[in-house]
Amino acid sequence: MTAQTAAPEADDRVVAKGRAGLLFARPEVGALIGALAVMALFLAVAPSFRSLGNTGTILYEASAIGVMAVGVSLLMVGGEFDLSTGVAATASGICAALTAWNFGLNVWIGVLAALVFSLLVGAFNGWLLMRTGLPSFLVTLGTFFVLQGANLAVTRLVGGTVSTPTISDMDGYASAQQVFAWSVSVGPVTIKSLVVYWLVMVVVGSLVLQRTQIGNWIFAVGGDAAAARAVGVPVTRVKIGLFMTVGFCAWMLGMHLLFSYQVMQSGEGVGQEFIYIIAAVVGGCLLTGGYGSVVGAALGALIFGMTRMGINYAGWNVDWFFTFLGVMLLLATLVNLYVKKKADAR
Amino acid sequence: MSRFSRVSVAATSAMAALALAACSSSGGKQTEEGGGSAGGVDTPEMTVAFITHAEPGDTFWDQVRAGAEDAAKKNNVKLEYTANPEGAGQSNLVQQAVDKKVDGIAVTLAKPEAMKGNVEKAVGADIPVVALNAGMNEWKDMGALSFFGQDDELAGEAAGERLTEEKAGKTLCVIQEQGHVGLEARCKGVAKTFDKSEKIYVKGTDTANVQSTITAKLQQDKSITHVLTLGAPFALIAQKSVKEASSEAKVATFDLNDEALKQIKGGGIEWAVDQQPYVQGYQAVDSLWLRVNKGASVGGGEPSFTGPAFVDDKNVDLLLED
Repeated sequence: MTAQTAAPEADDRVVAKGRAGLLFARPEVGALIGALAVMALFLAVAPSFRSLGNTGTILYEASAIGVMAVGVSLLMVGGEFDLSTGVAATASGICAALTAWNFGLNVWIGVLAALVFSLLVGAFNGWLLMRTGLPSFLVTLGTFFVLQGANLAVTRLVGGTVSTPTISDMDGYASAQQVFAWSVSVGPVTIKSLVVYWLVMVVVGSLVLQRTQIGNWIFAVGGDAAAARAVGVPVTRVKIGLFMTVGFCAWMLGMHLLFSYQVMQSGEGVGQEFIYIIAAVVGGCLLTGGYGSVVGAALGALIFGMTRMGINYAGWNVDWFFTFLGVMLLLATLVNLYVKKKADAR
Repeated sequence: MSRFSRVSVAATSAMAALALAACSSSGGKQTEEGGGSAGGVDTPEMTVAFITHAEPGDTFWDQVRAGAEDAAKKNNVKLEYTANPEGAGQSNLVQQAVDKKVDGIAVTLAKPEAMKGNVEKAVGADIPVVALNAGMNEWKDMGALSFFGQDDELAGEAAGERLTEEKAGKTLCVIQEQGHVGLEARCKGVAKTFDKSEKIYVKGTDTANVQSTITAKLQQDKSITHVLTLGAPFALIAQKSVKEASSEAKVATFDLNDEALKQIKGGGIEWAVDQQPYVQGYQAVDSLWLRVNKGASVGGGEPSFTGPAFVDDKNVDLLLED
């Protein structure tokens, strides 16, 4: 659309694209359009969606997906997959609660133990992947099953039931709650801590990906690992680092869930991993790696949150929820594809 | 072209004839029509949010919802049913109901710790809350008005007593969802009053797995005389397993659905411990209507028990009447 007046002998690969072209070449544009469309739809049909006070609830729903989607989108740009993310968050919370309760330690020790545990799970995933050359789909599927079983078995072994024992009467619980599960009212809107942490993580993740050498490395290993290695990118370290980032996100979410809801249910988190991946995909991450953005994944999570809450605020029959979600996802990804094609054609 | 149109006319009439001939003389939707509609009230419309921890597609929760909807129809209530099996998600649904400023909330408290904060918030916002099905020990502290349900452990004890009376041998207690506190409590109750029970775990969302697991267990251990399932759909699957393993074991169950009722009548299932889910849903909505319109509360601060009630071949006809 922009009239390019480039000199005829110039190489077309380095021709400036113009503002509109640059904008449409961003991976998150499709998700942005999708998010606006979903917002418009629910603003039109659901009166409760229009009240400002409910923004907090919608953002909170999005943040519970978004926190994980930060790590997952970075990992997907790096060309890998993680199926163990849903149960990993639950495992992290369980680890903190059981460590503190079983040994009678300060809750903060449990929190630190959970952080170490989550990072180790991530490191193990990455290490096994690089050592064996198996696809990450398989490696993390294994981790997923191992954690799913361990969540249940260890919780019952230590606490005697299927949810973690109460730790709210232990030292350090109150201060940990103030760190991981505070909420603040800004006028009519209640903002929960997870929303703020999510936005901070999105900004940091996005800056790292777009503005640093590490970001370039992530794109490189996702695009073509062999070529990246040939030009001196530390492929193994980058991939392990990415899995550990996912581990960190799982810890963040796990801690929030533990300190907002006081106990962890050992069976939860199964199936969530796909929702994180889908949020990243709606946000423009390719399943093949090498392309995507953290901001896009945040928008994907927002679409998810708005849809979930919007169906409820509109008072529609929830039986249709997943059907509606499926249609929504297909539309969002089609918009993505269309925008990307348009951008590439310019 | 004319030949084509003639063919299509012939085809169409053949189809019509087939369709007519294909009408079933029994069963189907038409025979189920004509449920009695109850008398209505003329109070102003109110909105009730009905929030459960149901897994999608569970027959038990269909009955709870049916009871709630019938009570809603009668009381001029707009019922908004939502469900989420994950604690945090269900809690968020309560928050949303508060956002929507509904007139009443009926909620299940299977994961009381997760629900506590937002239920208290609802109570703080002067929305009447009643609890049902799960959370017998916690509903009162959260400020809920009433509770409708049964104590899982007591129901388990009742089943155990019955097994002891019947001089049952080894009995399998089949848990269909690993990590579910209520189901664990039932088997614990059974073990309290009956000494030969053994727990096995199956994956409730995977019918093939349920059947093969029970079959394998029956084949491996011939001394099993009873299979006790914790949900009606699983009793029906267990019957298949018993046949497959050519075992002599009898099937008994917690909770009911239409098919299980027919089986009890026909002798395929021995008995069921019923907590009357329809009553739970109905009472929850009804009590909210009473609260909003008459300022009344039900239960006097004690849980209102909807079970356990035994259903067997002696009283099954009462339930099969409709």
